[in-house]
Amino acid sequence: MKEHVLVASGFGGQGIMLLGQILATAAMVEDKYSTWLPSYGPEMRGGTANCTVVISEEPIGSPVTDSPRQVIAMNIPSLIKFEKVIQQEGLLVLNSSVIDRDPERDDVEIVRVEANEIAEKLGNTRVANMVILGAFLAKTGAVSEESISKALEMKFGSKKDSLAELNMKAIRAGAESVRK
Amino acid sequence: MTEKTMVKGNEAMAEAAIRAGCRLYFGYPITPQSEFTEYMAKRLPEVGGSFLQSESEVSAVNMIYGAACTGRRVLTSTSGPGFSLMQEGMSYIAGAELPSVFVNVVRGGPGLGDIQPAQSDYFQATKGGGHGDYHAVVLGPGTIQEAVELISDAFDIADRYRTPVIVLADGMLGQMMEPVIFGKYRDPDSLPDHSEWSLTGAGKREPHKVTSFNIDPYELEKMNMRYQAKYKEIIKNETRYETIRTEDADYLLVGFGTMGRILGSVIRQAREQGIKVGLFRPITLWPFPYDQLKKSAKGKKYVLDVEMSTGQMVEDVRLAVGDSLPVHFYGRTGGVVPNPEEVLQALRKHTEEAE
Repeated sequence: MKEHVLVASGFGGQGIMLLGQILATAAMVEDKYSTWLPSYGPEMRGGTANCTVVISEEPIGSPVTDSPRQVIAMNIPSLIKFEKVIQQEGLLVLNSSVIDRDPERDDVEIVRVEANEIAEKLGNTRVANMVILGAFLAKTGAVSEESISKALEMKFGSKKDSLAELNMKAIRAGAESVRK
Repeated sequence: MTEKTMVKGNEAMAEAAIRAGCRLYFGYPITPQSEFTEYMAKRLPEVGGSFLQSESEVSAVNMIYGAACTGRRVLTSTSGPGFSLMQEGMSYIAGAELPSVFVNVVRGGPGLGDIQPAQSDYFQATKGGGHGDYHAVVLGPGTIQEAVELISDAFDIADRYRTPVIVLADGMLGQMMEPVIFGKYRDPDSLPDHSEWSLTGAGKREPHKVTSFNIDPYELEKMNMRYQAKYKEIIKNETRYETIRTEDADYLLVGFGTMGRILGSVIRQAREQGIKVGLFRPITLWPFPYDQLKKSAKGKKYVLDVEMSTGQMVEDVRLAVGDSLPVHFYGRTGGVVPNPEEVLQALRKHTEEAE
């Protein structure tokens, strides 16, 4: 059974919750089981916000995990907090625009994405979350690009100049950066 | 609409209430259920309903009391500290036999506790948090889809028996999102008729009286016996549970709500490791499925009850199973959610002891 258990984490405002929601919704579009669980505990300003997304072919027992298969880290506090709990041979996707240090783990696959720079080139740094999601998807194939596009439309509407289009561009650019 | 949508548990339950014909909500925001209140504030005016944020849960429950007297569907949602404040009103509502639905999105306690998921309000919900010889029906959903369906059923049960019904959720179910298929909208005017007793303005008819009070002990005893007869009917007709792979199992796991769903993955993993285990998941926490659990436990080597508390439902599990086999308990509390691995560890330990 192929199951994805992702923790995505970053500063409040980096679009971490949306990233997770889009991914979980895209899995729903594919008729898979999916859950999205936000961290909603007390956090200090500038601390981390994170969410857990589980995607499975079978009904999902636990929407919460202590040992994710995959981690997306958008900032240094997230790297520190979640690097140590990734499953062996898991995946760590990090935003190298913000994280200027190397992870300590050598038993997980590490993917570095210049998420902020790529987003800036697209004209809006706020889509860095989608850039890194694109990189994650290129690595894992968790859901198809088509389903992500559908999920974005469900969130932003399907108008030509809508945010869905910009977000989709960011996802493609992120995926491209990994394939290079 | 049979389309799937990705919805947060709190909002899904709120929408389910509106679709069940509820047009009256009184409540006070509290984490981890605040989105419920927020959703009702936005949606109820759109469907011609009334939303009111009270100054406290004490007034909210009394608004529920008043509104329920009219026989219309009414609901409130809260979490532990707020639910505690509502207990006096709950008792009055049970005594006055008023249909109403309460959603408790449970958080870590006691006292102010924290805002993380917990199941430690089980005693309060199932054993009567208020005073007097009463019960409220208590439903424990394990998924958002089930929560949506149980909200609708909660109103039907409340109407059928003129009783308060509690939906006992938790912070995880309230905060998480998963795909949901909603039921149809029910017309508030097509719902069960309560004109026989409800307070709608007497006009030329005989006045109705709704009360939980009688100064004459013999009369009050009669009222109590009427409640008890009703509870008997509820036990007979409404007891619900789910079993997964219990027939060939050597051991039996018991858990409700969020814990019940997590135990679903424990079973899969345990069986992969050669531990033949099944799951008994009570859906009605009151009435508790004593006889059904006793039957499911028969012939098993032990029962392991798992809860997000220090052990509350386990007392009902012991009542059901008696001395016929060992009942073990594993729990985390204070807002900590047990993960499948630690339950597996407990399973392995008890299995070794049993062999």
